[in-house]
Amino acid sequence: MEPAFKELHWSRDIVVKEYLLPGSLPEALDMLDHFKGKARVIAGGTDVIPELRRRDLQVKALVDVSRLPGLNAIEKDGRHIILGGLVTHGQVASSPLIREKAGLLADGAAAVGSPQIRNIATVAGNLVSGRPAADTSIPLLALEASVTIASKKGERVVPLTEFFVSVGETVLDSSREVLTQIRFQGLQPDQGGCTLRLSKRRALTLPILVVAAVVTVDSTARVFKKAAIALGPVAPTPFRARESEAGLKGAPLSREAIRKAAGLAVQECLPRDSLLRGSCSYRQEMIPVFIRRSVQKALEQAGFSID
Amino acid sequence: MKKVNLVFQLNGREVAVKVPPETLLVDLLREVLGLKGTKIGCREGECGACTVLLDGDPVNSCILPALKVGGRSVVTIEGLSGADGSLDPLQQAFIDQGAVQCGFCTPGMILNAKALLDKSPRPAEAEIRKAISGVLCRCTGYHKIVVAIQTAAEVRK
Repeated sequence: MEPAFKELHWSRDIVVKEYLLPGSLPEALDMLDHFKGKARVIAGGTDVIPELRRRDLQVKALVDVSRLPGLNAIEKDGRHIILGGLVTHGQVASSPLIREKAGLLADGAAAVGSPQIRNIATVAGNLVSGRPAADTSIPLLALEASVTIASKKGERVVPLTEFFVSVGETVLDSSREVLTQIRFQGLQPDQGGCTLRLSKRRALTLPILVVAAVVTVDSTARVFKKAAIALGPVAPTPFRARESEAGLKGAPLSREAIRKAAGLAVQECLPRDSLLRGSCSYRQEMIPVFIRRSVQKALEQAGFSID
Repeated sequence: MKKVNLVFQLNGREVAVKVPPETLLVDLLREVLGLKGTKIGCREGECGACTVLLDGDPVNSCILPALKVGGRSVVTIEGLSGADGSLDPLQQAFIDQGAVQCGFCTPGMILNAKALLDKSPRPAEAEIRKAISGVLCRCTGYHKIVVAIQTAAEVRK
C-alpha cells in the first residue's frame, strides 16, 4: 500500500489488545480497575470506534458494558423518569412515555445521526462523550436531569449542570467509571417543553444550534414561574442560559417579555466560526431567535396562549 | 495476537470463528467470511454503505466491534435471497424501478428498507425517506429508491 494512502483515516485499523464483555456491573468495574486507566468503557461504540480509528483515543482494552443486566429500560418512578445507562436514542425517540412526558428529549434523540446510529448509540454515551453539540445533552439539561455514576468506590449522583467540563471532557472518568442511570422529572401539567434544532440538512448532520426550553407557568397570574433554557453548540460545553432564565422568571406570558429575555443569552455564548456549520456572528444572531421560538412553542405545548 | 471465539447467527446459519479482539464486523464479513455484499464507504458510521441487520435492526457494521454480535443474529444483503437464488421483493423492485445506478449504496438501502417493511408494511413516503436517511446515495437522487420501496411494499402485501 502506498504510504500516502495509509494516511487516510479509513484505511487505519483500530488497535486494542483485549475486548471484554462483563456480565455484571461489579465485574465491569473490576476489569476497569485491573487496567488502571488504560481501559475504556464502550457501549454503542459509535463515538469510541471512530476515535480509536483516528488515534484520538488509545487504550489497551475496551470494556463493553452492553450486556450488563437491568440497564436498558425506560422506567417511571413517581413523577420521575429513569433512563438506564444502555437506553438507546431509538428507544427514547419512540417511547410513548418519553413522547408524552418529555417530548423535547424524544425530539432531541430523534435528531442524532441516522437510524443505524440511533439503534445502537446510547443516550448515556451521548452525555459521556461531552460534545457541545450533543442532541440529548441539551434537552436533558433543560429537564434538570441528574446522572448516577458507578465506580469501585461506590455510586455518586451528579446534576447535569455540574457534569460537563470542556469539549469532550466531563466529570466522569470513562477509564474507571460507568454511567448507570439518567433521572429527571417528567413535564407536569403547569409545564411545557420544546427542543429546536438548526441544521443544514434534516438527517446525518451535526447541528448549527440546538435550544431546549422547559417553562413552568403560574396559570392564575399568567406569568412564568420558572424557565430552564439549554443551548449548544455555542460554547465548550452545552449549558443553561441563566441570563435569559432570570429574565423570564416572573415575567408575563407576552411576546415582548420573551423577546427581551431571549436577547440576554447572547452575552453568555461564544460560538466558534465553523466553515461547515456557520460563523460565530451568524450563530449569535440565531440564538435569540431560537430561544424565543422554543419558549413560545414550550408555552403552546403546555396549552398556554401568548399575549 | 490472541484470538477470541465468536459464535453468532449469520443469515440464518450459525457461524463459529476465531477473531482478533479489535475486529470490526464489516471486516469479519468481507475479509474472513467472504461476504462482499456489505460495502465500506466512509468507515466512520456516516454513509450507511456497511449497513447490516442486528437482531432485525439496521446498524453500521464498519463501527461495530465483531465481538458485540456474539449470540445474536446478523443479516447481510446475501441473506435476503432464497436458497434457490430467488430475489427478495425489495431486490426485484430495485431492479424493476431502476433504483440501482452504481450500486454501492444499494445493500444499505435495501436492508434499511427491509427493517422498515418488517415493522411497518405500508409505510408513508415520509417514513420511507426517514428509514433510508442514514444511507447516502450520490447517483439516484433517492426518488427511484423511494418508488422501489413503495413497489416492494405493494408486492409484499
